[in-house]
Amino acid sequence: MAQAISPPEVIDGDPSGRRGGYSSDAAGLGRLRAGAFVAPALLLIAAFLVFPALWVLYLGLTNYRLTGAAAAEPQFVGLDNFLDAVANPTFWNSTWLTVQFVLGSAVIGQVVLGFTIAWALRDRRGPLKRLVEGLVILAWILPSAVVSFLWVALLDRDGGTLNALLGIPGFAWLLDHPMLSIIIFNTWRGTAFSMMLYGAALGNVPPSHLESARLAGASGWQQLRDVVFPHIRGHILTNLLLISLWTFNDFSPFLLTAGGPDGRSEVLAVHVYKVALQSGELGYGAAVSTIILLINLVVAVFYLRLLRSKK
Amino acid sequence: MAIRKFAVVIAAAGLGLAACGQSSGGGSGDTIELTIAQNAIAGGKNAAAAGFVAAWVIPKFEAAQKAKGKDVKVKFVPSGVDDEQYKTKLSLDLKSGKGADVIDIDGIWAGEFAQAGYIKPLADVVGPEAESWDGWSQIPESVQGLATYEGKKYALPVGTDGRVLYFNKTLFQKAGLPADWQPKSWQEILDAGTKLKSSGVPVPIQINAGTAMGEATSMQGVLPLLAGAGGQVEQDGKWSGASQPLKDALGLYQKIYGGGLGDPKLQQEAKGRDKSFQQFAEGKIGILMEGDYFWRGVVNPATGVAPMKDRDQNVGYALIPAIEPGKGIRGQDFVSMSGGALRTVNPNSKHPKEAFELLAFTLSPEALKEETKDGNVRITPRTDVNKEILAGQPLLTFISEKVLPLTAYRPPVAVYPQVSVALQEATAAVVGGTAPDQAAADYQKKLEGIVGGAGNIAS
Repeated sequence: MAQAISPPEVIDGDPSGRRGGYSSDAAGLGRLRAGAFVAPALLLIAAFLVFPALWVLYLGLTNYRLTGAAAAEPQFVGLDNFLDAVANPTFWNSTWLTVQFVLGSAVIGQVVLGFTIAWALRDRRGPLKRLVEGLVILAWILPSAVVSFLWVALLDRDGGTLNALLGIPGFAWLLDHPMLSIIIFNTWRGTAFSMMLYGAALGNVPPSHLESARLAGASGWQQLRDVVFPHIRGHILTNLLLISLWTFNDFSPFLLTAGGPDGRSEVLAVHVYKVALQSGELGYGAAVSTIILLINLVVAVFYLRLLRSKK
Repeated sequence: MAIRKFAVVIAAAGLGLAACGQSSGGGSGDTIELTIAQNAIAGGKNAAAAGFVAAWVIPKFEAAQKAKGKDVKVKFVPSGVDDEQYKTKLSLDLKSGKGADVIDIDGIWAGEFAQAGYIKPLADVVGPEAESWDGWSQIPESVQGLATYEGKKYALPVGTDGRVLYFNKTLFQKAGLPADWQPKSWQEILDAGTKLKSSGVPVPIQINAGTAMGEATSMQGVLPLLAGAGGQVEQDGKWSGASQPLKDALGLYQKIYGGGLGDPKLQQEAKGRDKSFQQFAEGKIGILMEGDYFWRGVVNPATGVAPMKDRDQNVGYALIPAIEPGKGIRGQDFVSMSGGALRTVNPNSKHPKEAFELLAFTLSPEALKEETKDGNVRITPRTDVNKEILAGQPLLTFISEKVLPLTAYRPPVAVYPQVSVALQEATAAVVGGTAPDQAAADYQKKLEGIVGGAGNIAS
């Protein structure tokens, strides 16, 4: 990290190094012009990212509700909502379920499965490859509401197709194994994204390196470990970052199980929906949303540091 | 206050572009555009009501207005979702100064919505004509009470309802139970359930439990049982905590779901209530506690979501007994809970007077008689209409004559929906295996947080 910081440059020949020096009207004009170009983007970022985040943070400090007296006259309650969240077993249950969800479906499911499919298809051509890619991508491009309802029907304990195929009528996937069900669902949905990303990444691995490794007698695993993974390390980390955040905030568990039964699949995104919109506790919901934002930032910084370290 | 003003400004700015498509926009020229919203949709939930508004109310009202020289166009805004989702959508609409001109709400939301300023007294929104509406004289005081909050009328009541035990006569016959079954105690319900189980009925008894069913658990489950054990959720400003009646009610849940007489998984499923309707219609459930909506909107052979062609012959109904004769609230042998929908004028409406005319039109004798034709009978709020339409309707006459006189209403206060969720959680715990006493104690703890401390709970 230390090498990233370089000494200040001398700008536009101003020996003082000060920006906006007296000697250069052109520089000032240039900066103005640059500012004009950047301003719309900054405004959009402020309007749609910074301001809402600050607003949510502020709401988290009030007892604002969707209905009732606190909807009309919300009171400032300081950090009460944050303390309530930290003291609430449901919040911690949701956090733990979210960790399972991210690790299970994003890290283990999508990365491993996505890479495996991409690796298996890497040298193939023809209709079979296109069929497999097409089927996998279909899962990704269909609207999540549509596929969620399809899965609810597939996994239904009474008339579900999966139970009929497996010959286990009455097996309650969504009730007895809610987390496993939503992890499988999310893996199924997201594998296409990983597969495409790894497919592109594998195209960048020089075939000559793999050939050399093979000639040197490296096993398949050794080829992967010593040649392929170092080449696509950046892709893996980028993929992990994107799908971790995507999974962290994914709302499809609500469509599959509504967080149930009895909160056993109430991941944080569902928890926020339930407290803020179903129970109407907007202040508390805003506080939990702020905590989620912070967790996301920590996750993002963690991956970005990994990405930047020893390329 | 600042937050609310700010939220309204944000909403107004954000929704400015969309406003022309929704509701109380000005319309072109002298045309007055009105919208009416219900949780009803063609081909889905409350399809008959949606069809009636589209096919009869709108053209008739527009024609009546035209005859008066007014060009009024009405649009129906359908929804076909769970009541909780409908409430959330309405709240967000009203919070942002949007929403249809005429809206249907559940009676129990009136307090919360009024406190939030989402709905206002009709006299303030519409003017004195709302108070002098000629229909008021036909609506019993108790039904008017549904639409009244802190002494002011916020809406017109759309109707009221009552709860009974439905049973499948074919299954009863197989189990050796009578077609005119009327249990006199909870034990008799359990005994019938045991006989049904022995005769091979998959789900002998279905009494709603858990949070997945939402308010249906309270209305068709824990509250009638609480009343049957002599308890009330709130009385004279004091809330009932881990009381004996609550423990008794939870104890019945334990006997049903712990004893193999009910399906605990059905209570946990996201669409468990809909599934229970389907199973009853398919002859898999023996006894089911529900409101008259079940008869009108679920197993209705013409428009139900789980129609039973032989409903009139095969579906029996009985009063909900107290735990033992005379042990229900007010010393009653039988109990029920009632609710009711309201229809009101959105305070954000640009045409409140015309919106009220539309609202009153939907509750005119002419409209109610038309709406309840062809098997869509329901108990209307008007006594002058009920006499006529309930003739030849045994179930609704039964509810009107036998159930309504002994029914009870939920406390019309803003905090009730949160208390209701805590009750749902208590039933979920018992169905999941928690002991009734423990679930009741946990309920009391939650209740203290909701109603502002132990001081507001009856000892």
